[in-house]
Amino acid sequence: MKVWHFSEMAYHPAWPELRDSYRVVIPNRLYDPKIGADLYHRYLDEWALCDELGINIMTNEHHATATCADSVCTIPMAILARETKHVRLLALGMPIGNRNDPIRVAEEYSMLDVISRGRIEMGFVKGVPFEISPANTNPADLIERFWEAHDLILKAMTTHDGPFNWEGTHFHYRQVNVWPRPWQEPHPPVWMPVGSPGSAMEAAERGMTIGVLNTGWVRTPPIFEAYRQRAAEVGRPMTPERLAYMALVGVGSTREEGRRRADQILDYSRTSGIVAPQFINPPGYASVAQSAQALRMGGAGFRAGRIQSRDGRSIDPRRMSVDDAIDAGLSFAGTPDDVFDQLRAFYNHVGGFGHLLMMGQGGLLSHEETVANLTLFSKAVLPRLEELGA
Amino acid sequence: MTRIVVGEVSLEISLAGEGPPLLFLHGGDYFAQNQDFLDKLARRWRVLIPRHPGFGGSERPDGFRTVHDLAYLYLDLIEQQHLDDVVLVGSSFGGWIALEMCVRSVERIGRLALIDTLGVKFGGREQRDIADIYALPADEVVRRTFFDPEQTAPDYSTIDEAEAASIASDRAATALYGWRPYMHDPGLRRWLHRVPVPTLVIWGQSDGIVRPDYGEKLCRSLPDARFELIPEAGHYPQIEQPDPVADAIERFARAEVKS
Repeated sequence: MKVWHFSEMAYHPAWPELRDSYRVVIPNRLYDPKIGADLYHRYLDEWALCDELGINIMTNEHHATATCADSVCTIPMAILARETKHVRLLALGMPIGNRNDPIRVAEEYSMLDVISRGRIEMGFVKGVPFEISPANTNPADLIERFWEAHDLILKAMTTHDGPFNWEGTHFHYRQVNVWPRPWQEPHPPVWMPVGSPGSAMEAAERGMTIGVLNTGWVRTPPIFEAYRQRAAEVGRPMTPERLAYMALVGVGSTREEGRRRADQILDYSRTSGIVAPQFINPPGYASVAQSAQALRMGGAGFRAGRIQSRDGRSIDPRRMSVDDAIDAGLSFAGTPDDVFDQLRAFYNHVGGFGHLLMMGQGGLLSHEETVANLTLFSKAVLPRLEELGA
Repeated sequence: MTRIVVGEVSLEISLAGEGPPLLFLHGGDYFAQNQDFLDKLARRWRVLIPRHPGFGGSERPDGFRTVHDLAYLYLDLIEQQHLDDVVLVGSSFGGWIALEMCVRSVERIGRLALIDTLGVKFGGREQRDIADIYALPADEVVRRTFFDPEQTAPDYSTIDEAEAASIASDRAATALYGWRPYMHDPGLRRWLHRVPVPTLVIWGQSDGIVRPDYGEKLCRSLPDARFELIPEAGHYPQIEQPDPVADAIERFARAEVKS
C-alpha cells in the first residue's frame, strides 16, 4: 500500500474571526502575509520530510478560504518536484471544470512530470459546490465541461506529432501543441476524487484511480464495489492501486498522544464545511432530485448526512469527536498498534485499497507535532502495511 | 397543458383564451405564481405560455444553451403557428428573450411589453446592474424579489415532489442560460435600435433585483417605448399586482401607435 501525506495548508490564524462562513465571502484582510509565509514554509518542510520518511505527497486546492491556503495545487508540487528526490507527487487535484484553460493544465502537469523525472500523479476534480463562485463558472454544465477538459488534456499530453485542432463545446483551440511532453508514458497516472457509486463507475470506465474522501465506514463500500464491478464489465484490469481512501491519522507513543493529534487534525473536518448557505447548492450543480429535496427542506440538509457512524447515525462534522471520527472510519488514531488495527479493520470492511491518503496535518497541529506524527507513522505503521496484502 | 414541436424542441405550452395572439415568456423563477395574471390576459387574448427548453417539462436539446437559441425558437414558433401582430410579453429573464427576438425580427410582432426585464448591461464593469441572486442569502433574495414577501413568497415545505422538481429544473436552466455573462448579453444594448415596435416597459417600484432606474434606461434606449411604474410590487409585478399590470398592457395594446 502506498501512503500519501496530505495537508490543506490551512490559514488557521483567521479562524477565530470567522463564524458563519470560512469560505467565499471572507475578506483577505484577515490574512497576514508574514504569518502566511511562515505557514507555507513549514507545510512545505513537512512535505519535504516525507521524502526521507518514504511517504508520498498529496496536495489539493481550494479558493477564497481560510481552511485551505493552497489555491494553486501545482505551486507546492513545483517546489517539491525539485526539493524531493524519491517519493511521488499527487495533486488531487486540479479543478478542470473550473479552470478556463485546459491546455495550461496540461502544460503545468507535463512540466512538473519532467522536472520531477516522472514522479507526478495528476488528479482532476469536479470541485465542491462552493468552488463555483470563486471561479464564476456555470454550475449547470460543470460536469460536461469537466469531461471535455479531461479529454482535451489527455489528448494534448499524448499527441507528439505537432498541433491538432480542438473546437469543442467549451474549449476552442486550433493549434494544440503542448511543450514539454510528459516524462511518463503515455501520461502520468490519472486520479479523480469521487463521492458516489455513479462517479466511481465513470472513473472505472476510464481506468482512473479514485480517491474517496470523507465517505467513511458506511458510504465507502458501495463506491469501491461500484468501481470493481464497472471495471470488470468494461474489461479494465482491476488492481488495488485503482482505489484510494483518505483518513485523518494521529499516531503517538501513547494512545492519548495519538488521539490528541487526531483531535487537532479533525479541525479540518469541523471547519471545512462551514460556508454561507447560498453557496452550498448553486443551481444545476446537484441533480434535480437532490435540489428538489433541498427546496422542500428549506435549503437545509443539502450535504447533510454525509458523515455517518457505523450504525448509520448522522454525525455533525462541526461537533465530531475523535471517537465519532474513528467510529465513522474517517480517522485512525492512537498508538501505532491502534492505528494499524483500525486501518486493517477498515481495509477488510471495504474489500481493500491500494492507497492511504493520510491527512497527517490539519488545523492547528503544530510543525513539531506534525513531524512527530509523520515520523512515528513511517517507523511504526508504514512497515507493517504489507501485512494487509496490497 | 399541451405540447408543440418546434424544430428539434418539444415545448410544453399552455394555451388560454380567445382573441388576438399574445405570447408570454416567463421569468427564471415563480412560474406557477403567474396564473392570476395570465387568466386576466386570457379574457382578451389567445395567450400562448410556453415553458422554455430546460424548464418544467420542456426538454433542452444538446447544445441548445443560449438566449439566442431561445429567441430563434420563439420566432420559429410564431411563424409556425402563423401568428401575426403578436403582443409579446416578457417577464424578467423572459423579457431578455423578447428583446433578443425583436432585435432579430419584429415582422410578426405588433407590440412589446417588458416587465422588469433583464438582458442589457448599462453600468460599468464594477457596477452590478442586476443583483447577484446566487451570492445573496436566500431570504434577502426573496425580500428583493417581492414588495410583500410574507404575502407572496410561496411556502416550499408544502409542495409535492413533482412541483419541487419543476422549480429545481427552472432554477438550473436559468443558471445555464444566464450565469456568465450574468443575466445579460454584452452585445444586446448596441442593437436595441432594432426594436421599432411600440413598447411598454413595466417596472415594480420596489424591485430590488433590477432597480426601476435600469428600466428607465432601457426605456430610453428603445425607439418607441414608454415607462410605467407599478406601486407595491417587486421584480414580478404581474404576480403581486396582476390587475394593474394586465390593465396597463390592455391600455397599451389599444393605444394609437406613436409613429
